[in-house]
Amino acid sequence: MKFSVTVTLKKDVLDPQGKVVQNSLLNLGMNLENIRQGKYFELEINEKDQVKAEKKIDDMCKKLLVNLIIEDYKVNKL
Amino acid sequence: MKSSVIVFPGSNCDRDIGVALEKMQFKNQMIWHKETKLPKSDLIVLPGGFSYGDYLRSGAIAGKSLIIDEVVKAANDGCLILGICNGFQILTETGLLKGTLLRNKNLKFINKDIQIKVINNKTKFSNKYKKNQVLKINIAHNEGNYFTDSKHLQDLKENNLIAFKYCDRKGSVNDQSNPNGSLENIAGIYNSNKNILGMMPHPERMVDELISNTDGINLFSSLLN
Repeated sequence: MKFSVTVTLKKDVLDPQGKVVQNSLLNLGMNLENIRQGKYFELEINEKDQVKAEKKIDDMCKKLLVNLIIEDYKVNKL
Repeated sequence: MKSSVIVFPGSNCDRDIGVALEKMQFKNQMIWHKETKLPKSDLIVLPGGFSYGDYLRSGAIAGKSLIIDEVVKAANDGCLILGICNGFQILTETGLLKGTLLRNKNLKFINKDIQIKVINNKTKFSNKYKKNQVLKINIAHNEGNYFTDSKHLQDLKENNLIAFKYCDRKGSVNDQSNPNGSLENIAGIYNSNKNILGMMPHPERMVDELISNTDGINLFSSLLN
């Protein structure tokens, strides 16, 4: 079973990389309100039960992939 | 006093701290991260560097390595733990210290001598310093921008757990003397028992007049006190 995990900085956490990318887009003449940079993972696990699989992925996120102090995450089945 | 320096793939300040500890008469051992047993130590040091190439997040992978379980156990038994630079990042990833280190506000790797102020001089790590003493010390990091939630920040202030703050030559703590955007200019913090110190500046680089200064010596002599 394949899942994607998207990790983004929490709303209140400053994202300097996002700010620089935003400035660069503005310089290119493209207008935008806001941009937040994040991380994307694709995970494949050997598990047929979706509920169990999602629980395992959630565990992986909490234990390693995500720093819960500063980041939020979303899991999607692919 | 016995010390152990944990070495990860990508550590690059491990030998510097080893030399500094030996100069200060510690009986030091270098411990590879794949070890599962720690020799009995009074002090464990997590050195600076770029463990695992800073993959995922600085310190994230090292924070889950085999030896870390032993470090956490020792820390909970009251062993003194010092995390410098990447070592500080590893300590936050293990949860031994709260908060985290974000990318520097200016997005640049900063390597320079700056000033820090001793905020709490009543710990095992700092008793040889004077309160508010200004030290000239080197920083070399890309993720040194300390961040934590407001509840923990309150706890740090109320319980005197802020070890050092970035300041200018005169000791003023303000935005101009903050090199990396760190919350309230924080350069180093203690855990609630004050047996764990995490700091971004490098005291091990300041133990020899020939190559720098000796402002870092008192951190090690405090430990021996």
